[in-house]
Amino acid sequence: MIVDDLNTVLPELFLAVYAMAVLMAGAFLGRERQISRAVLWLTVAVFVGLGASIGLAPAGAETAFGGSFVSDDFSRFAKLMILWGAAALLALSAPYLETHKLMKYEFPVLMTLSVVGMMVMVSAQDLMVLYMGLELQSLSLYVIAAFRRDSLRSTEAGLKYFVLGALSSGLLLYGMSLVYGTTGTTTFAGIAARVGEGQIGLGLLIGLVFLCAGMAFKVSAAPFHMWTPDVYEGAPTPVTGFFATAPKIAAAGMFARLVHDAFGDAVPDWSQIVALLSLVSMFLGAIAAIGQRNIKRLMAYSSITHMGFVLMGLAAGTAQGAEAMLIYLAIYVTMNVGVFAFILCMERDGQAVTEIDALGGYSEVEPLRALCLAVLMFSLAGLPPLVGFWGKFFVLTAAVEADLVWLAIGGVLASAIGAYYYLRIIYLMYFGEETQRLTGTMPVVHFGFLTASAGAMVFGMINLFGVEALAAQAAAALVN
Amino acid sequence: MVEWALVVNNILSLVTFLPLIGASVLLVFLRGNDPAAQLNAKRLALFVTSATFLASLVILAEFDPLDPGFQMVEERAWLGGLSYKVGVDGISVLFVMLTTFLMPLVIGASWGVTHRVKEYMVAFLLLETLMVGVFVALDMILFYFFFEAGLIPMFLIVGIWGGKDRIYAAFKFFLYTLLGSLLMLVAMVAMYMDAGTTDISRLLDHRFATEPLVVLGFTVVGGMQTLLWLAFFASFAVKLPMWPVHTWLPDAHVQAPTAGSVVLAAILLKLGGYGFLRFSLPMFPVASDLLSDFVFTLSVIAIVYTSLVAMVQEDMKKLIAYSSVAHMGFVTLGIFAANQQGIDGAIFQMLSHGFISGALFLVVGVIYDRMHTREIEAYGGLVVRMPAFALVFMLFTMGNVGLPGTSGFVGEFLTLAGAFQANTAVAFVATTGVILSAAYALWLYRRVVFGDLIKESLRHIKDMDAREKVLFAPLIAATLVLGVYPSLVLDLIGPSTSNLLDGYAAALDAATTELAAN
Repeated sequence: MIVDDLNTVLPELFLAVYAMAVLMAGAFLGRERQISRAVLWLTVAVFVGLGASIGLAPAGAETAFGGSFVSDDFSRFAKLMILWGAAALLALSAPYLETHKLMKYEFPVLMTLSVVGMMVMVSAQDLMVLYMGLELQSLSLYVIAAFRRDSLRSTEAGLKYFVLGALSSGLLLYGMSLVYGTTGTTTFAGIAARVGEGQIGLGLLIGLVFLCAGMAFKVSAAPFHMWTPDVYEGAPTPVTGFFATAPKIAAAGMFARLVHDAFGDAVPDWSQIVALLSLVSMFLGAIAAIGQRNIKRLMAYSSITHMGFVLMGLAAGTAQGAEAMLIYLAIYVTMNVGVFAFILCMERDGQAVTEIDALGGYSEVEPLRALCLAVLMFSLAGLPPLVGFWGKFFVLTAAVEADLVWLAIGGVLASAIGAYYYLRIIYLMYFGEETQRLTGTMPVVHFGFLTASAGAMVFGMINLFGVEALAAQAAAALVN
Repeated sequence: MVEWALVVNNILSLVTFLPLIGASVLLVFLRGNDPAAQLNAKRLALFVTSATFLASLVILAEFDPLDPGFQMVEERAWLGGLSYKVGVDGISVLFVMLTTFLMPLVIGASWGVTHRVKEYMVAFLLLETLMVGVFVALDMILFYFFFEAGLIPMFLIVGIWGGKDRIYAAFKFFLYTLLGSLLMLVAMVAMYMDAGTTDISRLLDHRFATEPLVVLGFTVVGGMQTLLWLAFFASFAVKLPMWPVHTWLPDAHVQAPTAGSVVLAAILLKLGGYGFLRFSLPMFPVASDLLSDFVFTLSVIAIVYTSLVAMVQEDMKKLIAYSSVAHMGFVTLGIFAANQQGIDGAIFQMLSHGFISGALFLVVGVIYDRMHTREIEAYGGLVVRMPAFALVFMLFTMGNVGLPGTSGFVGEFLTLAGAFQANTAVAFVATTGVILSAAYALWLYRRVVFGDLIKESLRHIKDMDAREKVLFAPLIAATLVLGVYPSLVLDLIGPSTSNLLDGYAAALDAATTELAAN
């Protein structure tokens, strides 16, 4: 029944309608800042509320539109993270938008549309649905990357992102057409049935490789990471923060969805691709970040490394691996929200500062903020007792259990290298000579997110706030 | 009384987390940076560490020396299917005591700190929690958790309150030890997969496979055990440290503030030796047996080579740091000799080194506080102005040399006796280390303390004040008491070590029969 179908996609539908309604309202009510501001906070509230309602929905799977869309525990877990991550970054972006005269109602609208795309991505059960969600997300993101029209860097970032994103979409489409050509269907269930019949043919294999390459682009895994540092650096800082959170979850979720649901019987075939992507990403991110002086570029390389760890969980090809991946993503997003809350407030005399050398002696100036950032950096480096360690522990366990010991060893070596640049930020803040002081004040929202995120990294060591059980449930829905 | 039972049942957690509570209180409630606030921070830290020491006496009182198993065990479910499980046996109980005993002295030695006092005390209290945690942890991952977390406060201690090249030293210390311990983490995960548990007492009963494995075309004799052993070795050898991965230690020691050096030498180095006793020897007996000659070789090189290096040092702290490496060589020698005397000696040596090297760093701290240099050249003839100092320094120099009557002698003698039974040639070469240690230690003493007081800068140097004398008193007592009455320690550790050795011998026998059967 169409009503049941619509009921299943109700969250996405609601958000899409909301976005269009706001767009219309904005078009008619004019461009006053107050309206844009109200729209922004309303959108934050909508994201939070929708996330809560999805989180509270009863367990179990519902499919819609002939099995091309599913709402199960996995997609709900991912959607919850996407919505709350997006809400956090949207809330954090408000002061930046105000000071840079970017407070326009299109910003929350574009963000909402990209979130709709992400929600579709993690629920897709059909290549066409997946592509549709992906493009909706990507097109919105291209625009907000270039949202500071008068800034050369921002437009450059948007353009780069667009060109490389289009290339990756092309790869993905080519892979999809190969898969369709050999299996005669675009539904995951249909592909899985053909894969389950036994030997996976050459056409299907090449299609799978192209799909993986396209996916690697979206999760910014090396060697398809080239866009990441430039886009991270050029995009307005709140947009960079947004890139580092919600789209990463969506892309990783989509990747997991595709390989498990459509190619669940061909784990050895894709597992080796994913494992290689993971290894290269971890090392490249760790080594390339050492030379970075710009904190946004540094976070870009850091995200490449972290995506490598996420893919390590996926490479295991087991339910445990998927669970580890989800836990890792949840931890990673929490840390990034805190770090970007801090980066957004790095200012001197009203000018945003992104050089990490500006942090010299910061702990003398703002001890509490410095402490929070230090906690987050140790956590990003994956040191116990902070929660970042548990993310690493779960993916390593999954990898070793799946006989990927070499990948686990590679991962720990890379994280030892990567520890260096996180430590350098701590070194600057605590042991460094004081340079010109950062004068930025910190709005209460940012301070709240920074302390909450750092606090979560400390207190999460007790039981991870129950995320583990939820992730296990979600992974069980994905891998069966 | 119910309350008392509650305390006793949770005594290990109490001792572990009391300093953490103190650190939290300090962090949250202490405001301001004026001298009064600084004094409060110092007093609170001293109070907390002293209370922790008193609480740890309950552990000693409750400990049954005849029981070789784990005692006072607490177990609670934790995340990821792991458990928070703590307990002590004869091997670990004295290390817990060593830690809680030294921490009040370390805080007392830091009374002169003026830079960021609150953070300093928080870092040390945090470190105490983590160090005690390592010794009481009975879950492998919990052990790792504490083991690795200790890097954070130590990194900050060296980096913030250290000397001129502190940043280089802090990074070197951190990255060196991190790399070693991450390999151990992978090994732990592999053990978890193999044995299905992370509970140390159950892992001790699990036998890891010894069938040869082919890795990258090389046949690994001893199979999985050897690989796991090597991964653990990577971590513990760096921590202990053993030659040739000891190079972080002189840097870290020289740059760390006095209290940091004391903790590093007296407690943190012992984590490596404790790890060998807790994991390598009992869990991978076949690999330990196979690789014992390898360890012997490294130990002997450490003893002879670093003693020679120590002799030519011009910096007092560096000299003591190298002498620590040499003394840790005796510890590894004793552990992998795998007999009663060797292991008892190794534990004894670690405890005794905890007192003596800790005290020697404090000795250096005393004159460094006055003259702000560690150059041996800058001193000479101190006995004229500082008789009490000269006496204390002499006592610990003798302890370091291993003079009978001090605890240093017992440890060295037992490890050498143990090594002699295992490998005579090794013991022979190692014994020359005792002579070399006499050479560098006495020469250091002569250059600093004896001779004429001709240096203008030393004319007005003052002898130790009351606070410093109080600090040394417990260390002197410990060194002498254990030197003349070692049974105090040996009776306590005996049942656990002989239990360990029985299991070791049984596992080796089983492996030999298995090999013969095939």
